[in-house]
Amino acid sequence: MTTESTEPAGPAGPAEPTAASGGGARAWLRERSELGVCLLLFALGVLVLTDALTMDVDIAQRGPIGPRTVPFVVGAGLLLVGALLAVDVLRGGRGEAEGGEDVDLDEPADWRTVLLLTGVFLGAAVLIGPLGFPIAGALLFWGAAYALGSRHHGRDPLIAAGLSLFTYFVFDNLLGVPLPGGPLMGVL
Amino acid sequence: MDSLNSLIDGFGTALTPMNLLWAAIGVLLGTAIGVLPGIGPAMAVALLLPVTYGLDPTGAFIMFAGIYYGAMFGGSTTSILLNTPGESAAVVAAIEGNPMAKAGRGAQALAAAAIGHFAGGMIGTILLVVLAPTVASLAIGIGAPDYFAIMVLAFIAVTSVLGASRIRGIASLLIGLTIGLVGLDQMTGQQRLTFGSLHLADGVDVVIVAVGLFAIGEALWVAAHLRRSTGKPIPVGRPWLGRADLKRTWKPWLRGPVIGFPFGAIPAGGAEIPTFLSYVTEKRLSKHRDQFGKGAIEGVAGPEAAASASAAGTLVSMLTLGLPTTAVAAVMLAAFQQYGIQPGPLLFEREPELVWGLIASLFVGMVLLLALNLPLAPVWAKLLRIPRPYLYAGILFFAAVGAYAVGGESLDLVILLVIGLIGFGMRRYGLPVLPAVIGVILGPAAEQQLRRALQISDGSVTGLVNTPFSVTVYAVVVLIVAWPLIGRLIARLRGGRKTAEESRTVSGG
Repeated sequence: MTTESTEPAGPAGPAEPTAASGGGARAWLRERSELGVCLLLFALGVLVLTDALTMDVDIAQRGPIGPRTVPFVVGAGLLLVGALLAVDVLRGGRGEAEGGEDVDLDEPADWRTVLLLTGVFLGAAVLIGPLGFPIAGALLFWGAAYALGSRHHGRDPLIAAGLSLFTYFVFDNLLGVPLPGGPLMGVL
Repeated sequence: MDSLNSLIDGFGTALTPMNLLWAAIGVLLGTAIGVLPGIGPAMAVALLLPVTYGLDPTGAFIMFAGIYYGAMFGGSTTSILLNTPGESAAVVAAIEGNPMAKAGRGAQALAAAAIGHFAGGMIGTILLVVLAPTVASLAIGIGAPDYFAIMVLAFIAVTSVLGASRIRGIASLLIGLTIGLVGLDQMTGQQRLTFGSLHLADGVDVVIVAVGLFAIGEALWVAAHLRRSTGKPIPVGRPWLGRADLKRTWKPWLRGPVIGFPFGAIPAGGAEIPTFLSYVTEKRLSKHRDQFGKGAIEGVAGPEAAASASAAGTLVSMLTLGLPTTAVAAVMLAAFQQYGIQPGPLLFEREPELVWGLIASLFVGMVLLLALNLPLAPVWAKLLRIPRPYLYAGILFFAAVGAYAVGGESLDLVILLVIGLIGFGMRRYGLPVLPAVIGVILGPAAEQQLRRALQISDGSVTGLVNTPFSVTVYAVVVLIVAWPLIGRLIARLRGGRKTAEESRTVSGG
């Protein structure tokens, strides 16, 4: 339950780079990696503002508010929130990582799995055009299951192929949602 | 009377064989997906969106209603048998339901939950029938400034009421608003944040944002922290209730909806608060207070009924004002937009067949849910044993299907992944996801209403507050914004210097 307020509480906050940690600046930054979020918000704000500034609004502007006004407000808001969040983090505030049924927050993040999944997904996005949905979808499922730690080398590809073909037929034939069949469906 | 006639017409729509079939498929799919651990109703609805693409709007929304209620019921099954609530509204079901299941009374807990959902859904939907046309006819005269005020209220409520930290909620909202800006300006056709890309000029599809944030973000986040040892679900037989249990549960079933419905209808109300309120109420009123925490059946029956009724309450503000108050409603609104239908006061006039067919199918769906789920419970329980790699690979797979089906372009899959990575980062740093989704959906509409209102008033800011309705809404907004300050002031007056000292150190966000 996260209904409790987790506003920066006093005792946890002032974890200044204490003498105990030899890592110095790096440990200090690691403790405050959330500053990266502030940086991203800030960058996004600059992007939105730049885009608004470079618009040429000689197109007949209807009404007193043109297409630039809201981007200006949103961009300025992003800058402000980025700054406020940075202040909050420096004063010891921490965003609370989200829990869940299958989430174990006591273990450090497993970046290898996330990277593998990202790669598999991108691969599927590239392959769906030339290979069609049945093959690309099966590769996506198989690769994702492998990345997530499944090692049944016989069962995994079979399930992936079955799921992908089944989905293709249900969507394409029964539900009327077209998916690309690719060369495989050309053969069958 | 008028709405009764419309409702009967609605049943005429809902009870055609084809629409009955869609309702049944929706209920089954919704329950199956909702039972799967790690998938809450919002993700279930987002993942199942593409299934409805090929249907006509009426059939699609009838199916959707079934998915919504089915997913909610499925979630409580997971809570009771696995003690791992998929979403915050199901937490209460786990508190009492899981001890019951451990004590061999899982069948009774499931029955109390199923009938509670049925009762809550029925009462909630009856209230919806009574209230929605009235609200719609009241709202029919409201203009651009009022709409803008309501949307401001939605933004403020979703960032302030939910979540632990306001600043993080606002950050999330702004991210959503930024994504909503991408594309052509609706009034002038000016390109914004498109960087010359023709694909981005169409804007980022709301469905892709919802699926990316809810499904891909969640799957990646879980993948980074996957629990290697998962809990074992408790085996369960066919749900049933004895006479003694019925005697204890019928009052909670009736009380729960009364608490749940109003909370569903207000912005950021949702099901979380009423389920807890219902739980506390039942505990106080129960003759078996000593059993609470160890498996009191009232603690399952009341909150589950409240949760279902709040889902119906959500539909009141969604259908009559176009205002999504929960994540599921946000996704449903996205689905409406997919069909080019704008929910709002005019919906009841313009699309009576669709609205009343949808409402009638809620009743149908509830009956189907009860009829299917009681006998099928042991089957659903088996779904809990699905290996986690398959589960999350499956989520990625269906998310890809959904995003690709929107436009048939693989660039959409890349955008989906990028938004999923944003969702991942948001989960890591405690930024709530819902404000972002609300920002994407309501942002463009809010901008349009704002500009329309100022166009009418010829640029004068007073044009935003020239109706009693909008002034009232802004008063509520001010109250919500000032609430922490007021609370602090009260604490200071009451607790003297010591409390004041504390609250000063706590005043971070």
